[in-house]
Amino acid sequence: MKAVILGGTNGIGRAIARHLAERGDAVFLLGRDADELERSAADLKARHPKQRPAGTALCDLEAPEGFAAALDAADAGLDRFDTVIVTAAMFATQDRLEADIAFTQRLLTVNFANTVVFCEHVKKRLLARGGGRLAVFSSVAGDRGRKPVALYGASKAGLSAYLEALDHKHHADKLAVLCVKPGFVKTGMTAGLKPPPFAGEPEGVARDVVRALDRRKPMLYTPSMWQLVMAVIKRLPRFVMRKIGF
Amino acid sequence: MSSRASTVSTALAVAPGPSLSAWGMLPMPGTEIITEDLSHSTLDAVLSRGLGRSYGDSSLPARATDRVVATRHANRILGFDPETGILRVEAGFALAELNRLFMPLGFFSPVTPGTKFVTVGGMVASDVHGKNHHREGCFGAHVRWLKVRLADNSVVTCSPTELPDLFDGTIGGMGLLGHILEVEFTLHRIPSQWVYMESERVPDIDSFISGLNTAAPKWPMTMGWIDCLTRGRSMGRGVLMAGRWAEAHEAPATTPRLGPKITLPFMLPNWLLNPLTASLFNFAYYWRHFQKKKTTLVKPEPFFYPLDAILHWNRAYGARGFTQYQCVLPRRAGEKAVSAFMERLTALGGASPLCVIKDCGEEGRGVLSFPMEGTSIAVDMAVSPDIQHIVDNLNAFVIETGGRIYLTKDRFTRADQFRKMEPRLDRFMALRDKYDPQRRLRSAQSVRLFGDRA
Ligand SMILES: Cc1cc2nc3c(=O)[nH]c(=O)nc-3n(C[C@H](O)[C@H](O)[C@H](O)COP(=O)(O)OP(=O)(O)OC[C@H]3O[C@@H](n4cnc5c(N)ncnc54)[C@H](O)[C@@H]3O)c2cc1C
Ligand SMILES: NC(=O)c1ccc[n+]([C@@H]2O[C@H](COP(=O)([O-])OP(=O)(O)OC[C@H]3O[C@@H](n4cnc5c(N)ncnc54)[C@H](OP(=O)(O)O)[C@@H]3O)[C@@H](O)[C@H]2O)c1
Repeated sequence: MKAVILGGTNGIGRAIARHLAERGDAVFLLGRDADELERSAADLKARHPKQRPAGTALCDLEAPEGFAAALDAADAGLDRFDTVIVTAAMFATQDRLEADIAFTQRLLTVNFANTVVFCEHVKKRLLARGGGRLAVFSSVAGDRGRKPVALYGASKAGLSAYLEALDHKHHADKLAVLCVKPGFVKTGMTAGLKPPPFAGEPEGVARDVVRALDRRKPMLYTPSMWQLVMAVIKRLPRFVMRKIGF
Repeated sequence: MSSRASTVSTALAVAPGPSLSAWGMLPMPGTEIITEDLSHSTLDAVLSRGLGRSYGDSSLPARATDRVVATRHANRILGFDPETGILRVEAGFALAELNRLFMPLGFFSPVTPGTKFVTVGGMVASDVHGKNHHREGCFGAHVRWLKVRLADNSVVTCSPTELPDLFDGTIGGMGLLGHILEVEFTLHRIPSQWVYMESERVPDIDSFISGLNTAAPKWPMTMGWIDCLTRGRSMGRGVLMAGRWAEAHEAPATTPRLGPKITLPFMLPNWLLNPLTASLFNFAYYWRHFQKKKTTLVKPEPFFYPLDAILHWNRAYGARGFTQYQCVLPRRAGEKAVSAFMERLTALGGASPLCVIKDCGEEGRGVLSFPMEGTSIAVDMAVSPDIQHIVDNLNAFVIETGGRIYLTKDRFTRADQFRKMEPRLDRFMALRDKYDPQRRLRSAQSVRLFGDRA
């Protein structure tokens, strides 16, 4: 696998980058902070000194005009990538978002519009080379409109819908599109929140994602327990959802 | 209620709300911020903690609202030079990961404690020692450079030549001089991934001390397990282990697999480790060693980390929690000091199946580091209503001999006794005056022992 990871410096993306590098897959990191990219590339190099060092390039989901150049750099670094993984996204609590509409606009733009635009760039390239794999992180928060994640969840719901359609449309073209729906995972994104039962660790999620990529699956709940949890939540009647806090 | 009982019940009271605990399972109210980004999250933080493998309260907050940073996700390697073995890592990088990645390349940590589930930051802050202390000193002796966030939020680097006073104070400083962000240290080369071990059944405590002394010049690694329950003539009997890395030609061609991860899934009942089960355990351990002396090739994992095979074995002590008492008795106190200590320990009755003895080499550079030339004894104890009395009593003995206790293990020592065993405290407090005059950095332990405000 020759994988580009947008968001690979932190959290689940970091764990995926390590997991792939450990298997011997080639990795290229995209992110918005040059220093962080350099530190993460150094980490991969020290772990696997004999492997081709991971290349890096700047890519900011708030700056779509840079997407093509970032993917060019990745293509050059990997000698044409065949896999792209997007873990990058913004998160904020509902209170924080409601208090700041400008910030809400940023989050919705990054998590939905610009992520979709990024995927459109990737799709074009992969289709042109006869297919490949695209894994994008949505969330269980997009499965049902819920009070505490009304805005963040909506950005992910839109993304899930796009990814599903992409799979329908291009499955026959050998473009495998994977929509990843993590439940609660203990990363920097959730550092301020109290972990619920079944909270996952980034390493376990990374293993699940790589396995799903290998098997060209279209959708993944991880940790797997969340599939069951969401099956129940999706079936709760509206009058219940109105009453409960989540 | 006597003062003794009330101290214990305060320590045992679990406040409602979120809590943090260390290896001794006695929680304190508080929360931790788990983060990959130490350079932001340590701003205004009062304490850093690693994997919480310290037994005592040094990694626990003084107040529930204190900002405590958990470093374990800040775990990147920033550089490694295979020529020199010099490794630079973020403070949350775990020893388990170091072993997994670098043993196959022929490198090992210069010093390892008895568990691999510790962070490098924690190894520096406690200035840990291992079976090779008599040769290699503490972990701090192998540290070349530190990046530290100070209490005033500035970030500085220090080394034996750059801000050496900060460097020496941070090594073994229990996180009280600054947050360790990055560490550079030198790995040791190993000739194989196997350990050549000689173990010997030893009948009593005096033979143990002389056994350790004779082994020291011959073996780079030594330690012993002693049965602290048996009294009388066989007091202090046990098994002495000595080892060295096997040369490539002695080692089997296969590489050892890393140990399985078995977890004790739930809290076992308190009665499981009562004096009877404990002595049965010790008896079995001693007599399993049927031949008086044997030599074997062993894997590094069971040699260095016999307890890690059962993750969370600390839960075996049940909900009442446990503590470890570890002290070092100086060589100058004389050979009889150790047997006198053992006598007091067995008379007090701590009911511990786990008792480790090790000869320490010279004192290192860490201002508050634990080891000094002499004999270290570490003994696990369930937290019973008697615990304060036992600790006070053992501490009184340690003070008489001129020894000291190991802060990373301590939960029950009283401030007045600590002062008496720690003539180096003034020097450490002078460093705190220089680098943290407002005493912003603090822990539950620094309140208890250093007189910081609660
Ligand atoms: C089974 C077992 C065996 C052990 N054997 C040994 C042994 O043989 N020899 C030995 O020396 N010790 C031994 N220990 C103790 C252990 O090595 C130390 O307590 C070690 O410091 C724990 O590391 P940690 O990452 O879990 O740190 P924690 O327990 O989380 O913290 C320990 C101390 O380090 C400080 N600290 C941690 N990270 C930082 C940082 N980044 N910046 C500033 N301060 C920090 C904390 O504030 C606290 O004071 C053993 C422990 C266990 C459970
Ligand atoms: N953690 C969970 O519980 C959870 C649950 C459900 C879904 N998810 C989803 O899973 C994915 C990964 O989450 P995580 O927990 O690993 O999060 P994380 O640790 O916060 O990592 C997110 C990454 O996104 C990057 N990023 C943010 N904004 C960016 C931008 N504008 N341009 C480029 N990169 C940007 C961040 O880079 P910087 O370092 O530069 O900020 C960071 O590397 C996300 O899509 C998240 O929504 C997570």
